[in-house]
Amino acid sequence: MSGLIEVFWKELADNFNSKRFIILFLLIYLAGIATIYIAAQNIRSSVDDSTKYIFLNLFIASGNNIPFSFPLFLSIFIPIVGIVLGFDAVNSERVSGNLSRLLSQPLYRDDVINGKFLAGIVMMAILIFSIVTLVAGLGLRMIGVPPQAEEVLRLFVFILISILYGAFWMSLAILFSVLFRKTATSALASIAIWLFLFLFMSLIAGLVASTVIPITQNSTVEEVSQFDTLYRMLSRISPSTLYGESVQAILLPELGNTSPTMMMIGMYAGLRPTPLPLSQSLLIIWPQLIGLLALTAICFSIAYIKFLREEIRST
Amino acid sequence: MKNNFVIETQNLTKAYGKFIAVDNLSLQISAGEVFGLLGPNGAGKTTTILMAIGLSEPTSGLVRVIGYDPAREPIKVKKVVGYMPEKIGFYDDLTARENLEYTGRLNKLGSQEITTKINEVLESVGLQDVPNQLVGKFSHGMKQRLGIADVMIKKPKIAIFDEPTSGIDPEGTDQVLNLIKDMASQNITVLISSHQLHQIQKICTRVGIFSKGRLVASGSVDKLGRETLRKGKFNIILPIAQLTGKLRDEISKIQGIMNIETKENSTVITAEDNISKQLEEAVLSCTGLKVQMRVEEFELEDIYMQYFKEL
Repeated sequence: MSGLIEVFWKELADNFNSKRFIILFLLIYLAGIATIYIAAQNIRSSVDDSTKYIFLNLFIASGNNIPFSFPLFLSIFIPIVGIVLGFDAVNSERVSGNLSRLLSQPLYRDDVINGKFLAGIVMMAILIFSIVTLVAGLGLRMIGVPPQAEEVLRLFVFILISILYGAFWMSLAILFSVLFRKTATSALASIAIWLFLFLFMSLIAGLVASTVIPITQNSTVEEVSQFDTLYRMLSRISPSTLYGESVQAILLPELGNTSPTMMMIGMYAGLRPTPLPLSQSLLIIWPQLIGLLALTAICFSIAYIKFLREEIRST
Repeated sequence: MKNNFVIETQNLTKAYGKFIAVDNLSLQISAGEVFGLLGPNGAGKTTTILMAIGLSEPTSGLVRVIGYDPAREPIKVKKVVGYMPEKIGFYDDLTARENLEYTGRLNKLGSQEITTKINEVLESVGLQDVPNQLVGKFSHGMKQRLGIADVMIKKPKIAIFDEPTSGIDPEGTDQVLNLIKDMASQNITVLISSHQLHQIQKICTRVGIFSKGRLVASGSVDKLGRETLRKGKFNIILPIAQLTGKLRDEISKIQGIMNIETKENSTVITAEDNISKQLEEAVLSCTGLKVQMRVEEFELEDIYMQYFKEL
């Protein structure tokens, strides 16, 4: 049992000491501060008297010319952090000849992979928690509106969802690090999957949906809604979509639906959305969260089983 | 199993698809032995080692280390077995001391114990001056010695070395072999695989020759040599050029002599048993001289070549 703890501390210390994390940290802090700065500049235009949660608005507001909000920024950077944490977890040990030595010590094989995964999660949690609190503090200073209890709670949930999202990418990267012998291959495979899911999945979803249900100027509301449902379903294959939808529902309490199109239709119909309590927002995104959790569990289990059954040769 | 073998295999087999890496291997190694695994590349030496420490699962057959199945009870086995893989690696961005500390912690040693033990093992492998140097800057020979320190720190009962001297200079090879010899003298059972027959011969009490997954011969170098090169007979060398008169009669009375041959400055007597004692007495009684008999010794290389010539 305590083999896990030893591996965990060793990996965590390694994470903190390695140069790539110092670089990554700096990059992410800089980018995070930049996004929040833009948001604070533009917050006046996006807030009116009826806005209940001004502080949360800071996190979703984006510049007028630059459609770049804090969650969008996180949805790009978290996968990178996850991939960096996981892509060489197992195969670098193998390549360096450490794995045989490590596994001939009295510890269970799963201690190694679990310890690495846990250390990665903790690292991710530290990173995300620190950047969100940093950004929140900065935002507080810039706009001078303190957050309400509900907002603080929502920010916490936001952090948790972000960690879960990161855990998915890390477990995917760890899976590749078990499957591929070369670190370069596992890094490239992880990045390829990320690019595909992040950039192309929504394009493909749009393409497929508009082939099945063509939308024209004369389309009825039903057709638009059908198209929207199909499009959403397809793009939910990508964890980025799941994350995006979850975060939106958490940071935008007014959102009673994960589809912006449906919201627009509602608004045209004269519905004025009222903010939901946190429990209701959570209920909306429950499927998304379960989806993310399941994807993480699947990737990690495959990596785990593969690693446990494998023969460990030093050459 | 009820006997005292520390490592025992019964009909151990490992197949990779159709290729059989280890074929029906039955091997016993007793406590305190230094056993050498010999054989060409791909003969199944490493695979056997991997199965013995639970890094690979046997296709069929049994392997027991101190009575435990390495696949079922890996922790019990790994607690007492120190393993140095062929291509040993350390964390290059940690120092020698930090690397050993990690091993110590994984073996549940207390921090006090780790510190004293590290100093002790670094001293004995001659790395006491560089404990705080990054392992990435170590030479191959230094890493190899650190590997032995890494095995020693867990105070093993069994030490397994896979090609410990490959790729290092003669001086480094000597150091490594002496360290392994030292371990053996501390009553640690040693299993060593190597191609360097000369070195194996120097330190092993018993060797096993592997070919295509099978153990084709095993035993001490002397026994193997006699069996393979002399058909089980002893050659005893007398440093006397001519056997004359009484001495000749005395010697021919000794039972089991099959042939007497005179070489340049000595006489070679071939016999079924080791009769050097009787010969010594005969010489002493006839000439009054105490003459040192020499039983013919064998080079492991000759034995090895004999096996691979036949195949």
